[in-house]
Amino acid sequence: MNPTIAWITARGLFGRRRFLLLFPLPVLVIGLVALGRASGVSNSDWGPAVLVGLGVAVMLPIVALVVGAGVLGSEIEDGTAVHILTKPLPRREIILAKLVVAAAITVVSTAVPMFVAGALTDSVRLGAGLAAGTALGAVTYSALFLLLSLLSRRPVLLGLAYIMIWEGLLTNLLSGTRVLSVQQYTISVADSVAHTSMLTGRVSVPLAVVMAAILTVASTVLAIDRLRSFTLTGETS
Amino acid sequence: MTTVELSNVSRWYGNVVAVNDITMTLGPGVTGLLGPNGAGKTTLLHMMAGFLPPSRGEVRVAGAPAWRNPSVYRILGLVSEREAVHGFLTAWEFVLANAKLHRLPNPEAAARRALGLVEMTGAQDRRIDQYSKGMRQRTRVAAALVHDPEVLVLDEPFNGMDPRQRLQMMDLLHQLGDAGRTILFSSHILEEVEQVSGTVQVIVAGRLAASGDYRSIRRMMTHRPHVFSVHSSDDRRLAVALMGQASVTGVELSGAGLTVQAGDYGTFTRTLPKVALAEGIRVRRVLPSDESLESVFSYLVAS
Repeated sequence: MNPTIAWITARGLFGRRRFLLLFPLPVLVIGLVALGRASGVSNSDWGPAVLVGLGVAVMLPIVALVVGAGVLGSEIEDGTAVHILTKPLPRREIILAKLVVAAAITVVSTAVPMFVAGALTDSVRLGAGLAAGTALGAVTYSALFLLLSLLSRRPVLLGLAYIMIWEGLLTNLLSGTRVLSVQQYTISVADSVAHTSMLTGRVSVPLAVVMAAILTVASTVLAIDRLRSFTLTGETS
Repeated sequence: MTTVELSNVSRWYGNVVAVNDITMTLGPGVTGLLGPNGAGKTTLLHMMAGFLPPSRGEVRVAGAPAWRNPSVYRILGLVSEREAVHGFLTAWEFVLANAKLHRLPNPEAAARRALGLVEMTGAQDRRIDQYSKGMRQRTRVAAALVHDPEVLVLDEPFNGMDPRQRLQMMDLLHQLGDAGRTILFSSHILEEVEQVSGTVQVIVAGRLAASGDYRSIRRMMTHRPHVFSVHSSDDRRLAVALMGQASVTGVELSGAGLTVQAGDYGTFTRTLPKVALAEGIRVRRVLPSDESLESVFSYLVAS
């Protein structure tokens, strides 16, 4: 972990307007939960839809995508990455600093609202479960989307395709794809902590944790290797 | 003595050859990489700075390959063409961060020295996105110089600078070259290269077209035949008078005026008004018809 890179990355992230994209979704989740409570309707009617359908399936991956694809992707896009890359630093150090910043910001801006939403919906225990699952998902997504920003010049588009097509569509149709769905890991871990009927984990908890770890590590290792072979293109090309 | 060596370096993108079999050795002093836009200058510089693998051949900085080898940045600094800086930082924060990333023993002192070199000390506490283009460029040079590199590579460093900033930057490159650093900068403007560098490498269409002392290259460029189209009150009489001049090697008379071939640019442009004045002819138009840089370069390649 290189503190200077982490510092520049964090300043860059908070300095860009894109940062504002982090707020609406968490606010929406908490707002809908508050609305549900105020309506007097039983929380089992709206809880799963808001917490899982919106919180876990939309807010978490979108926030992770904005941050994860932004920490390095936006610097590659505007060319400022050169200043960090022309240093005699192991590329591992650069990627790890980026990952730590992305994961930390994503965890804070998703797990905290999920905790609040869970606690308001049912109990502190549900909140804690959701926070734990979301934190695991946030770290995994961050590594995945950071890698994506090195594989493609359009990481946000690819990330959205993964979220919507793979996790949104295929995991509901084909049970085999669940093994490779960060969303399913998040739900399973949350369920195991919260023990509630609001959440239905579809993969086993050990599998979820191990797969999340494997995805995170593999993405990071691959990202480091891609950064070693980072090429610059001239303005004309 | 730190050198940059390219041996038989080629780089292609698909079917397009950007750099074609270039071999050169750069030693201490200032070298100008001259060539028209699209000649492959940036591709060459990126290969030297480790941001592009050569398709064939080898690029070595101080004996080590540049590609996939971050340790070259201990001795190499790069000022890229893209004018990208972290605009939300001040110059001081930016250069200091660069010094820290280099793990310099005293980053504050290094940042102060680098900002002093480019004369940015006075403005160092303002945000970079409030700077003029020239100031931003100097800040980037300070960041590239913060670790006092043996080799400095600059891609079109004078772009967007006003004449005073240009002079100052040229001075700085001179100083660094005189201090034994290996400085390579690219440009598509002959005059820039002439003012800064002792050695010039000319590349045209991906090939090394000429290489050596700038004076000899300058001579090759200025002593080529120049073609002017001239229009006057009496073209025929002017043609006769011009043919008597040593600097004129040929005159062609046509309905549109005269096409004059001159052996020496400077002498001809001084001779023409004198001749016209002596003959009482009014010159209405003089156009150098082949002054584009491309024609200069193609002449160089042909010779």
